[in-house]
Amino acid sequence: MKLHEYQSKRLFAKYGVPIPPGDIATTPAEARKVAQELGGQVVVKSQVLVGGRGKAGGIKLAQNPAKAEAAARQILGMDIKGITVGTVLVDSAANIKTEIYLGIVIDRAARRPVMMASAEGGVEIEEVARTNPGAIIKAHIDPALGLREFQTRDIALNIGLNRAHWRAFNKIAQGLYQCFWANDASLAEINPLVITAEGELLAVDGKMLIDDNGLFRHPDLARMRDVSEETPAEVQARQFGLSYVDLDGEIGCMVNGAGLAMTTMDIIKLFGGSPANFLDIGGGAKSDKVAAALRIILADPKVKAVLFNVFGGITRCDEVAAGVLEALRQVPTEAPMVARLVGTNAKEGRAMLASANMITATTLAEAAQKAVAAARGR
Amino acid sequence: MSILVDKNTRLLVQGITGREGTFHTGRMVDYGASVVVAGVTPGKGGQQVHGVPVFDSVARAVDKTGANTSVIYVPARFSADAIYEAANAGISLIVCITEGVPVLDIIAVRAYLDQQGARLVGPNCPGLITPGQAKVGIIPGNIVIPGPIGIVARSGTLTYEVMYALTMRGFGQSTCVGIGGDPVNGTDFIDCLEMFEADPQTEQMVLIGEIGGTDEEQAAEYIQEHVTKPVTAFIAGQTAPPGKRMGHAGAIIQGGAGTAAEKIAALAAAGVQVAEHPEQIADIVAANYKG
Repeated sequence: MKLHEYQSKRLFAKYGVPIPPGDIATTPAEARKVAQELGGQVVVKSQVLVGGRGKAGGIKLAQNPAKAEAAARQILGMDIKGITVGTVLVDSAANIKTEIYLGIVIDRAARRPVMMASAEGGVEIEEVARTNPGAIIKAHIDPALGLREFQTRDIALNIGLNRAHWRAFNKIAQGLYQCFWANDASLAEINPLVITAEGELLAVDGKMLIDDNGLFRHPDLARMRDVSEETPAEVQARQFGLSYVDLDGEIGCMVNGAGLAMTTMDIIKLFGGSPANFLDIGGGAKSDKVAAALRIILADPKVKAVLFNVFGGITRCDEVAAGVLEALRQVPTEAPMVARLVGTNAKEGRAMLASANMITATTLAEAAQKAVAAARGR
Repeated sequence: MSILVDKNTRLLVQGITGREGTFHTGRMVDYGASVVVAGVTPGKGGQQVHGVPVFDSVARAVDKTGANTSVIYVPARFSADAIYEAANAGISLIVCITEGVPVLDIIAVRAYLDQQGARLVGPNCPGLITPGQAKVGIIPGNIVIPGPIGIVARSGTLTYEVMYALTMRGFGQSTCVGIGGDPVNGTDFIDCLEMFEADPQTEQMVLIGEIGGTDEEQAAEYIQEHVTKPVTAFIAGQTAPPGKRMGHAGAIIQGGAGTAAEKIAALAAAGVQVAEHPEQIADIVAANYKG
């Protein structure tokens, strides 16, 4: 789950990372009020969960409250990569002298969090990694030891940070790591971390990704989820504990297991069709979850045929069949359905579906070919 | 021979009284060849599940039964603790089936297990099976037969596809290992490739990967340098859009990295035969025998 800039920075601040004073606004008048309270020059920043806000014109400097209001009027309602801006952050503008990058991500290969820093702040780290990988200084963090001060000193030294700033940098790096660990983050990034003309370090932009699997420990963070940038089907799917991704094809897929669901998409494509979605009903799905999944698929107007591909392990095929039948009672459909059930309780499941007039298949290739043909037939 | 589990496995089930724990204990007991010696659910010691005695703690279960392998079905929020408990009680192989364990929990767990010398398989995995000897986890016993093919995979049900197709063609398996779909896990491709290479029963290997991370690329490098037996691979997610998590916490193309195309290219460059769809794997395996 992504957090907005203002949410990330407020969280950083709780762990002692200095951020500029500011507040959010959803109307131009509110933005003016925030600018008035702050005094001086402000920056008005669109709050959207996509990159490239600056280039799209979603960040503007304003000399006074009237100009802040005008900037907010321009930005609110603006379309940035298909997302309509509903909120702006109005921050005191920092007197920026130097920009640094400081971030923590999970290094999957090393199985550790890694702190990364670069003297090239304000640029996306992926860009620096491509153009000047040597400029990125890394420190892997042992979960039992935490981030040690020698590591932050080492980073400061290697990005060429003036000794006068080492103490402040260490405090910020420690705060960022504590924030990362305590909140089950998979990314916590300050870009840029600036050094102001007054010689202070300040996190002027922030980004956090939270591990969805850790949200049970953080109900406060779970409430911050911005669903305005997801499709209704994706929001609904999550409520039922389903993994769903909207795609643009015509064959609705319901599969158990992420790998098999991806493969089902791939194989539909291989046989000349196109998947309408990725949908994993997960392990051990019960009939109500399966029914919810089928309702979501059938609500998609693109769907011309449905393919059920269930290989029973922890999921029982009879439970899936019960859910399919339950959903068809609730949402009758003309869409042809191809069902393939194999594994745990498959015999029982197949017997149940036989009554519902479904096209059946034994192999995955056969199931995909039949689904592609069924979709073409309509 | 086989890897990791066999007829000497003495299995303990953590979370044996839960819905999934109970259901799959039944299946593991029915599979019969391996002995499910104990179950653990704190507060429910003294009960029996499918004839298996339940203990209040792993330490007690190990003391009374000599369990050496544990399979975990407890909910995600309790999984890390269950793994620590098993490692502390001297269990050397811990298989965590549970999906949804926070990745930072596993990072800490893994660092601890490495110190203890215990191995974790998973989390978010189907477990492993050595056909005819030991079923540890949720892989259906009826789709495998003993034989010479070693299988290692990041996903569960997709692996069943492959086992089933191989079994239908008469190619049995030495051991099938589901390493799990999370970004960080206990056992990786290379660990399994190394064990299969050393296992005399294993004649060919099948590797099933998916988008996200660089495990497949690292495996390709390892295969190039260390593996002499034929390896056939399949990578799921060729049609997955970037930036979207495809079900598994670890299955995501981030910043343009972790695509199926890169993995397929790396594996092909290392001499691995990459199948277009999972049912082709059996064809490739068969062709390798014809030589």
